[in-house]
Amino acid sequence: MDYVIEMLNIRKEFGNFVANDNITLQLKKGEIHALLGENGAGKSTLMNVLFGLYQPEGGEIRVKGKLVKITNPNIANDLGIGMVHQHFMLVDTFTVTENIILGREITKAGHIDIKKAEQEVRQISERYGLSVDPQAKISDISVGMQQRVEILKTLYRGAEILIFDEPTAVLTPQEIKELIHILKTLIKEGKSIILITHKLKEIMEVADRCTVIRKGKGIGTVNVNETNPNELASLMVGREVVFKTEKKAASPKQDVLEVKDLVVKDVRGVTVVNELNLSVQSGEIVGIAGIDGNGQSELIEAITGLRKSESGSIKVNGKELINHTPRKITESGVGHIPQDRHKHGLVLNFPMGENMVLQSYYKKPFSKHGVLNFKEIYNQARRLIQEFDVRTPSEYALARALSGGNQQKAIIGREIDRDPDLLIAAQPTRGLDVGAIEFIHKRLIEQRDHGKAVLLISFELDEIMNVSDRIAVIFEGKIVAVVNPKETDEQELGLLMAGSNRKEAGADV
Amino acid sequence: MKKRNMGLVLSLVLAAGTLLGACGKSDNQGTDTSKDGGKGDTFSVAMVTDSGGVDDKSFNQSAWEGIQKFGKDNGLKQGKGGYDYLQSKSDADYVTNLNTLVRQDFDLVFGVGFKLKGAIEEIAKQQKDAHFAIVDEQVDQPNVASVLFKEQEASFLAGIAAAMTTKTNRIGFIGGMESAVIERFEAGFVAGVKAANPKAVVDIDYAGAFDKAETGKAIASKMFTSGADVIFHAAGDTGNGMFTEANDRKKKNPEKEIWVIGVDRDQADMGPDIVLTSALKRVDVAVQDLSKKAMDGSFEGGKVVLYGLNEDGVGLAPINDKAPNKDAIEKAVNEWIGKIKSGAVKVPGTRDELKNFSAK
Amino acid sequence: MSKRLSSILTPIIAVLLGVIVGTIIMLASGYDPVAAYTALWNGAFGDIYYTGEVIRQVTPYILAGLAVAFAFRVGLFNIGVEGQFLVGWLAAVWVGVSFDLPRIIHLPLAIIASIVAGALWAFIPGLLKARFRVHEVIITIMMNYVALHISNYIIKNVITDHKDKTDMIKDSATLRSEWLQSLTDYSRLHWGILIAIVCCILMWFLLERTTRGFELRSVGFNQHAAHYAGMSVNKNIILSMVISGAFAGLAGAMEGLGTFGYATVNGGFTGVGFDGIAVALLGANTSLGVFFSAILFGALKVGALNMPLEAGVPNELVDIIIALIVFFVASSYIIRVFLDRFTKKGVK
Repeated sequence: MDYVIEMLNIRKEFGNFVANDNITLQLKKGEIHALLGENGAGKSTLMNVLFGLYQPEGGEIRVKGKLVKITNPNIANDLGIGMVHQHFMLVDTFTVTENIILGREITKAGHIDIKKAEQEVRQISERYGLSVDPQAKISDISVGMQQRVEILKTLYRGAEILIFDEPTAVLTPQEIKELIHILKTLIKEGKSIILITHKLKEIMEVADRCTVIRKGKGIGTVNVNETNPNELASLMVGREVVFKTEKKAASPKQDVLEVKDLVVKDVRGVTVVNELNLSVQSGEIVGIAGIDGNGQSELIEAITGLRKSESGSIKVNGKELINHTPRKITESGVGHIPQDRHKHGLVLNFPMGENMVLQSYYKKPFSKHGVLNFKEIYNQARRLIQEFDVRTPSEYALARALSGGNQQKAIIGREIDRDPDLLIAAQPTRGLDVGAIEFIHKRLIEQRDHGKAVLLISFELDEIMNVSDRIAVIFEGKIVAVVNPKETDEQELGLLMAGSNRKEAGADV
Repeated sequence: MKKRNMGLVLSLVLAAGTLLGACGKSDNQGTDTSKDGGKGDTFSVAMVTDSGGVDDKSFNQSAWEGIQKFGKDNGLKQGKGGYDYLQSKSDADYVTNLNTLVRQDFDLVFGVGFKLKGAIEEIAKQQKDAHFAIVDEQVDQPNVASVLFKEQEASFLAGIAAAMTTKTNRIGFIGGMESAVIERFEAGFVAGVKAANPKAVVDIDYAGAFDKAETGKAIASKMFTSGADVIFHAAGDTGNGMFTEANDRKKKNPEKEIWVIGVDRDQADMGPDIVLTSALKRVDVAVQDLSKKAMDGSFEGGKVVLYGLNEDGVGLAPINDKAPNKDAIEKAVNEWIGKIKSGAVKVPGTRDELKNFSAK
Repeated sequence: MSKRLSSILTPIIAVLLGVIVGTIIMLASGYDPVAAYTALWNGAFGDIYYTGEVIRQVTPYILAGLAVAFAFRVGLFNIGVEGQFLVGWLAAVWVGVSFDLPRIIHLPLAIIASIVAGALWAFIPGLLKARFRVHEVIITIMMNYVALHISNYIIKNVITDHKDKTDMIKDSATLRSEWLQSLTDYSRLHWGILIAIVCCILMWFLLERTTRGFELRSVGFNQHAAHYAGMSVNKNIILSMVISGAFAGLAGAMEGLGTFGYATVNGGFTGVGFDGIAVALLGANTSLGVFFSAILFGALKVGALNMPLEAGVPNELVDIIIALIVFFVASSYIIRVFLDRFTKKGVK
């Protein structure tokens, strides 16, 4: 069989750092080829070389057997290579069609022939099963739809080879299903696909072959039907990985968090948390399962004081905390691993040391009479960095310089170290690789075993099923069911999350 | 500006010429090779501008022209030991500039503009051997000569011209910043208008700055729109906006009679079709006069030197040939010049004096 | 290349580039650049008098630069330093002319008046930003005009009787010192420079060493994270504007109590507040950086006055050079790319 793309012994250096060390990737026509590696392993660098954004220091690239030099993305486009970026490059205020034709406008007598363009967009979208409304504005359509627009953009430019960079990271389970269907349709229509990911489940489901890279080195290429997730994971991480987190049975005691009839509105004034009831006891992990946008974020923001609640009650250890300041709530024994670590969790331009005392800087021993004690602050940072295995050049490095996984470990270390009675973890493993996920899950369970209450919010059903002692399903701002993970399966949870069976499951917690 | 009827040229212009000619001759011997000889050998003179700069088409420029003329007439070269200027970019620069010139041993240093008063007062106390002169303000130090003008006399004549030209009986006055100097302009102008045409009304507005041409333009536009057909400015660079506005209007509608009156210099070059005349404030004459006296050893330190019509320090520029009743205006202006010079009429210099002023 | 080194090199290269382009402009318009720069140097350091004047000019620049930098570190763009400077000037002089007190009380009182005036003037945009999210740039620009005209009105109608200028402040309120003046051959050097240096240290200490500074910097980098960490974003926004305004007001006191000793009616802005933006920009918003860039700007401004006389070069040229420096600092990204490329080649 012919290879449409061959990247042979690619080497890419940044100063003294070797990002790609003799990596070889060969893409067959009509296959889905997964590129697997931990965060920072060099996947994106390799793809940026292929897309013409970086020039390699060694190795060669062949397209359909012909040696090529790709010095900029336009050349990649001309060679039929298209990239669907993880962060969409779309103009929010333009329509779907306008975004697709941007840069390749069909003009008639000097102005854009939008009718013809819409017709073409419709044709392509029908052919590949990518249904979108060509006239809708980007700001009005869902993330999944926006991704389709990105795919259409590459197809419109005549791409034969499509690179998907972590395409499922931003999607809901339903959207992921649809995307997998789209990928299969694309293959049927004769396209070839490179799928960058670190999610083993997806690889097993759609990919034909998989190339694994680790710390910049190519580990090898395997046929997916001859391997299993455990093997892939150990190839990627370089050691055995335990998937099913070991844990004892929970021994819940008294209520730590009690939420009663909570009502919260979002920025637009729409009620998104609607008379919600929830409780979390000490010594248990309660997982909140639900499709994104059913009030999870607002619920957490209300509990942690980041958002105003309309009515109801939030008690921690029996103390009423509704609409108190974040500081008061923090001091009452609530730890929060925020959903967006860049937005809330860290000050990226601060050194790690200062980030480690973000909530406790005003307390002894980190300061005295309003003057910071940097010796103590950095001692604390060193301790946490060591204890939680945060890989950073030093405690003086800016938080910005760390990889996502290490940033997350640092936040978790900080929150756990404050020894809160209630630990709220919102999507604590989003965007992380299996090694880091394993670590974080262990830490959450450890907290539970120490008698803390843990509230976990995640869109990954696996994670919820794996870590929680109880699962509370949220739908349209209400907890619609509470189930025991041992007595349920993804099928049932999926249905509950979609709002069916509400009556049977019962609404009280 | 070209082809003006020289017959009527106001006497002071000629007189100034003679004066210059005189000093030109008097002091040429021995100064041909004027180098940086330092003090003693040749007389040297310099000035410090206010923040307007020497190309402000008005006050500073006039002073600099005077110094240049004086320098050339006496065979001086521009630079150290001859004649020069320093430009101030902010109020804080005055003292530094004055000090620089004193340190370069200039024999006479002019501070142009009332804003330099504080700076000159201060340095004059420190540098007792240096000689200073301030224009438009009064400094009581033995080594400072204060040059003041009777601006009201020039603007009175401008008021006469304006009042005899207006058809709408609405006349505008644009001031720069409110100050004693500009108040003299205002009072004299209003008095002139009242004297020639008691029915005419004068709209008075201040731009609040001497360097805001856009404000000047806006005020002029407002005045024209509300029916004024003659506007006089005493606002430095700000007044340039008035010329722009008048030129624009004239271009759009050449039939409509609108006039503006310049200040300080003869500003006829700002618009041949619209500049009726200019109220002259001969800073150049005063500067030359004072320099000459200082060179001759009779520096008027500690004194206030007043320049009015009698001293040829102020006056009115030639009336525009296109003005409708030019001859009548010239005749009237000349009559008033006579009355003022003889002391029969005392032109008011403040708003209070204006209240008690009667033209008869 | 280490980050620290490149952050020090960037402004230096920007200054050099400004000088080089200035040279090209002079050559193109027929001036002698060597003579011009010699005159510039002599006008700033050629004589103890000029050095005194440079320090005198540097004093308000440091404080105005600190004002801009402080707000900037908290993520706010205080364009209103000019206005806060004017009200500070006015307040200091007002106190300076109105009372007869012993120096030990009078001078501090006048200085405090300027701080309070500047702080109050900046409090308004701070409050509006915190309460109603009104953008501080718009408010501070408008407040500049309000400050200009109100202080003009007060000088003309309240402090004096229709004069353009107040009386000299009483000797008991002056920052001037005969000793400093005699040391520098009658320059207007005054004690204010000590205040400015103390303020540099104060700002550094406040921002880098205190819990309050920790909060201010957090808010500056990431308001969301600061909110998450339990800090009051609004309180810190208001506080930063107030402190920024206090520095600006103090800069006004330097002029009112030191350089001039009086206040005048101004037709337009003095420009000190706006120069403060350039000073802060070149100084990378740190107090040490502000200190050095204020010295540079002060030397350029004072030295430039000597250029027409000694070299026949119009002193507007220095404005061009300053504008070029600011341009190159603002586009320091270009310089950084060059530095990176240069070092990469060096490594190979």
